[in-house]
Amino acid sequence: MNPLLMNPAVNAGSAPVATPFFFYFLAGAAVVSGLFVITRRNAVHSALALIVTLLSVAGLYLMLYAPFVAGVQIIAYAGGIMVLFLFVIMLVDIERVSKERQYNRVWPVGLLAACALLALFVSAIVKGRSLLPDRMVQLPESSNTQQIAAALYGEAGRVGQYTFAFEIASLLLLVAILGAVIMTKKKI
Amino acid sequence: MNILTSYFGSNLPPGNAGNQLWALIYVFIIFAGVAVAVLCMNWIERKALAHFQIRLGPMRVGPHGLLQPFADALKLMLKEDIIPAEADATVFWVAPVIGLLAAFTVYIVIPFGPSQAVTDMNIGILFMLGVSSLGVLGIVTAGWASNSHYPLIGALRSSAQMVSYEVAMGMAIISAIMMTSMNAGGIGTLSMIGIVQAQQQQGIWFIFKFFPLGFIAFAIFAIAMVAETNRAPFDLPEAESELTAGFHTEYSGLRWSLFMLGEYAAMIAVSSIAVTLWLGGWMRPFPNLLNGPAWEFIFSLFPALTFGGLALITFIGTARMPSQSFFRIQRMGLGIFAVLLGFIALLLLLIAVVGHSNDASIAARFREGIDYVYWFIFKVAIFMYLFIWYRATWPRYRFDQLMSVGWKVMLPISLGVLILTAIVGVLIK
Repeated sequence: MNPLLMNPAVNAGSAPVATPFFFYFLAGAAVVSGLFVITRRNAVHSALALIVTLLSVAGLYLMLYAPFVAGVQIIAYAGGIMVLFLFVIMLVDIERVSKERQYNRVWPVGLLAACALLALFVSAIVKGRSLLPDRMVQLPESSNTQQIAAALYGEAGRVGQYTFAFEIASLLLLVAILGAVIMTKKKI
Repeated sequence: MNILTSYFGSNLPPGNAGNQLWALIYVFIIFAGVAVAVLCMNWIERKALAHFQIRLGPMRVGPHGLLQPFADALKLMLKEDIIPAEADATVFWVAPVIGLLAAFTVYIVIPFGPSQAVTDMNIGILFMLGVSSLGVLGIVTAGWASNSHYPLIGALRSSAQMVSYEVAMGMAIISAIMMTSMNAGGIGTLSMIGIVQAQQQQGIWFIFKFFPLGFIAFAIFAIAMVAETNRAPFDLPEAESELTAGFHTEYSGLRWSLFMLGEYAAMIAVSSIAVTLWLGGWMRPFPNLLNGPAWEFIFSLFPALTFGGLALITFIGTARMPSQSFFRIQRMGLGIFAVLLGFIALLLLLIAVVGHSNDASIAARFREGIDYVYWFIFKVAIFMYLFIWYRATWPRYRFDQLMSVGWKVMLPISLGVLILTAIVGVLIK
């Protein structure tokens, strides 16, 4: 058995990684590259900026002591989905696209929607302050994967907290995959 | 000073012991080691390929072309670095760096021994897969930024190939991870060190577990990892007979060499995943069957024997050099190299003997560490030779064959192995 599993306090002697510097660095990188995503004319540049955003968010997950989510974020979004995005975007004629108008007429509506969402988040934080914990729960990072497995699949014969939702979600995804295959294939 | 010495005697990798200084030292050692390994691999590949084709290979730069990699590196560094006029300069510049970073970042979780790793993550194998899957971004962006037809086709082929083979690879890896949970607690692990320790506890390498299930999963991984690193017979992204040089057609000089360095580093990295998951990582062969101090001592002589054998071959080479005065410098150089190898062999022998006689001494700890690292590198080296062997033996796949093998053969087999492993695991428990 992994010695780290038995001793959660193994990192006790070292300086914590979750310093404010790293938070502001990662958050800044995420916001700036997110702005690049929507302002670049070149679609490939936007996609590359989106990869930086996703990696910064993965770093933020690491700071929240959730390494499993960070790993999945890198493997599924940055490594899988973005490669497929690039695969499609690379075939687009960049010269023609860059001459087209970048924003269509509904951008004020989009701005309004974005502001409404921001207001919702801010009000949720301000109004719900009493409901939120005043400090972060220190989770043992060294058994993160095992804890997620217990929550999703259950442990020691008991059904996990999220087993039902998880299985329903996977069934939905399976239906979506089959639907995509049927729509693209004329003859099966 | 305290931070330098406080790590001695720790049984944890420096990253987990919280010692940043030693973590940094390990990073530098690994970086230097990989760079040297790539140089050696470059020479061995050219020599081995040449001998497969009944040629001599490099013979002029140094004795038997031993200095050829250095000459190549010098040439590549001095060569003009051309960025095509129509290329997207920024992305063109960033692309090889992405590939190199992705290839080298995974080394921080590779376990060369129970404490001979930079760090041990709870998500080790997931981290390795995720970061090495970022390597394809370097290839894709390089192909696109070149703004040229062949690179673009190479990049498209590469992304399609990687996405297809990653699926089968992931399934094979999951069946190995499932095997780690075959213990009393029923708790598996993703940590690289934990996976090797699980094999140690269960007393079996996962390649032999639930025979032939472990072996099939290993075979699927061994095929997929060749496709992942764009090596022959899956080297369609750089198929030189069709696409000039594929995605790196427009690259020259140092940038091109960064791609090559990244490719070889990625080859070593995926070989280490295979060794860790299925071949017992740092463990020596038959730790259960041939145990006891006598066998321990015999197996600890292997590093010394390897270097001794190399020294012997080099001595024979020195003796067989032509005797004209023209070759005098080469003879001297090869002789010095042989003496150096022999000296290393003697040092290793000394450590093995002293470490064996006194279990508590520093030499014993050294001997242990050398054994772990030696067996790990030995297993990885076999894979590296296989990569060359494949390249010399098999013709390249056609693209539709590549896709049908990936989706219609490897994926169903790996899914079947995954399900069977789960069933057998539950039944046995």
